Amino acid sequence: MFTNSIETRELTKKFGSFTAVNRISFEVKQSEVFGFLGANGAGKTTAMRMLTGLLLPSSGQARVAGFDVYTQPEQIKRSIGYMSQKFSLYQDLTPTENIQFFGGIYGLSYKEIRRQSKELIGKLGMEKIAKKRVGDLPLGWKQRLAFSLALLHKPKIVFLDEPTSGVDPLTRRAFWEYIHQEASEGTTIFITTHYMDEAEYCHRLSIMVAGRIEALGKPSELRKEFQTENMDQLFLKLSQKDLVRQNAARTN
Amino acid sequence: MWKTFLAFVVKEFRHILRDKRTLIIMLGMPIALMLIFGYAVRTDFQEAGFAVWDQARDQHSQMLVERMTASGYFLQKATVQQKEEMEQLFRQGEIKVALVIPPSFGEMLEKGVPTQLQLISDGTEPNTATTLLYYLNSILLTYQRDLSEKRFGPLPPPNISIEQTMVYNPELKSTFMFVPGVITVVLMLISAMLTSLSIAKEKEKRTIELLLISPLPPLLIIVGKVLPYILLSLLNGLIIIGMGIAIFDMPMHGSWLFLILSLVLFIMTALSLGIFISTKVNSQQTALFASLLGLMLPTVLLSGYIFPIESMPAPLQTISNITPAKWFIIIIKGIMLKGIGLKLLIKPVTILAVMTFAFLAISWKNFKIHL
Repeated sequence: MFTNSIETRELTKKFGSFTAVNRISFEVKQSEVFGFLGANGAGKTTAMRMLTGLLLPSSGQARVAGFDVYTQPEQIKRSIGYMSQKFSLYQDLTPTENIQFFGGIYGLSYKEIRRQSKELIGKLGMEKIAKKRVGDLPLGWKQRLAFSLALLHKPKIVFLDEPTSGVDPLTRRAFWEYIHQEASEGTTIFITTHYMDEAEYCHRLSIMVAGRIEALGKPSELRKEFQTENMDQLFLKLSQKDLVRQNAARTN
Repeated sequence: MWKTFLAFVVKEFRHILRDKRTLIIMLGMPIALMLIFGYAVRTDFQEAGFAVWDQARDQHSQMLVERMTASGYFLQKATVQQKEEMEQLFRQGEIKVALVIPPSFGEMLEKGVPTQLQLISDGTEPNTATTLLYYLNSILLTYQRDLSEKRFGPLPPPNISIEQTMVYNPELKSTFMFVPGVITVVLMLISAMLTSLSIAKEKEKRTIELLLISPLPPLLIIVGKVLPYILLSLLNGLIIIGMGIAIFDMPMHGSWLFLILSLVLFIMTALSLGIFISTKVNSQQTALFASLLGLMLPTVLLSGYIFPIESMPAPLQTISNITPAKWFIIIIKGIMLKGIGLKLLIKPVTILAVMTFAFLAISWKNFKIHL
């Protein structure tokens, strides 16, 4: 029986001679908020695409919600939710229309969609703007709506791809509260971010550098292990290590 | 001031020079248009197919036919003995004109008695009919002049006139030409261009990833995207045909069922082109350019809608042959004006079907790899 929501072992993706993801191994437990950190180009997106069934790995193993990424991508897609700050909503549709569409493609019944739509609009306090185009709404509301949509079909795991980028600190703070509330109800949260202060909000996290996972554990453990005061410093330390290694490789 | 301005201009030039695609369009478009207009838009003809119904069978009638062929404008496709044979050739699209030479043509010519030839033209192509009549007239004039020079004596000069008759479109209505043309252009615009734009938009805004991450199978995504356009296009096609018939007196001699099925076939061809384009591009802007250049230009200029295909040089005729619009115009004119069925239209129908299938197959492969 799988107790872990996500498990990877030596998961690797190569594009030609370039190794985007280099033998990463980690697991995420149910109901956990797992932070997936790394600089741009470190391989976060590629790893996430493999876990969401969009991309086949070159080698290694991975199971998501108990399903194999090679043979059961369809079952994985049904068990996960996905949200990205940049493109999770149709900007030219209204909130209600977005709810109807995403409810529809995830196979919810009309009755269920109507019920959820009413409930969501009420919960988010969007009664007044339910008929406005999403593109005209403030970012904070869009973000909450997108998060709610990713949860519409009650997935076991939600992948959040830089959900807080471009949002003011107060709204970010509030958003993390929703995330933790959702996790406490049993949903596993897999979240990428490049705000290092947000790493502290995660139960556990990994930091990717140049395709590898260089750090993995609870925030407090990691601070101790790398002897840094905060995540920012930890991240810099890891990046510098990588730079030194690159330079060494070049001089050889 | 000037320095700032110059810096700005330099930056703009760098944008343009760096964007190869726009550059190719900017420089390639005028060249392509010049070539197309310069060559395709010539109204002079080469080797238009014709049939002769020679009832005289004398020296003069044979000389005349020889001169027609020698002019390079006409190419003799057949000699016929009766009206039915001639009509058959018109239906098949083998010939553009038929020349009927009356009995004792040569005799009357020798005597100086005025005679009349009959030129029967395919009225579904009014421009062609008019141009070919003009050619025949000038060939006749030369022939008469040559005859006069050879002859001495008191005889009156030879006098030949031409009576022009039209099959299918006796009043030479241009409606018959533009209705099929408008349908073709509109369907290309809606089906191909809008489809490619709407898929490109999902790619540009990356919302396509939401669809791909959902449990929807890729085939369903594509079908779901194009279905509204199929219905809208069909509605549009029927509106144009309805207007053509009701307002512009376009005849409808053939089968409605066949017409609607052909419409659906052409819509599918256009959609498959739209999907094909959208798998190749990542932004709406590129999709728009590709559709305009790759679809609209050939549809308007090379389909035979405005300019006769026969007068285009060989390379452009080849492009014309791979333009779906050309074949659809043949089908729609055949059904509506000539009232012919699948048996005579099997070639254009097959070509459209094969094109559709091929584009869908290529797109399917691209779609799977790139998304």
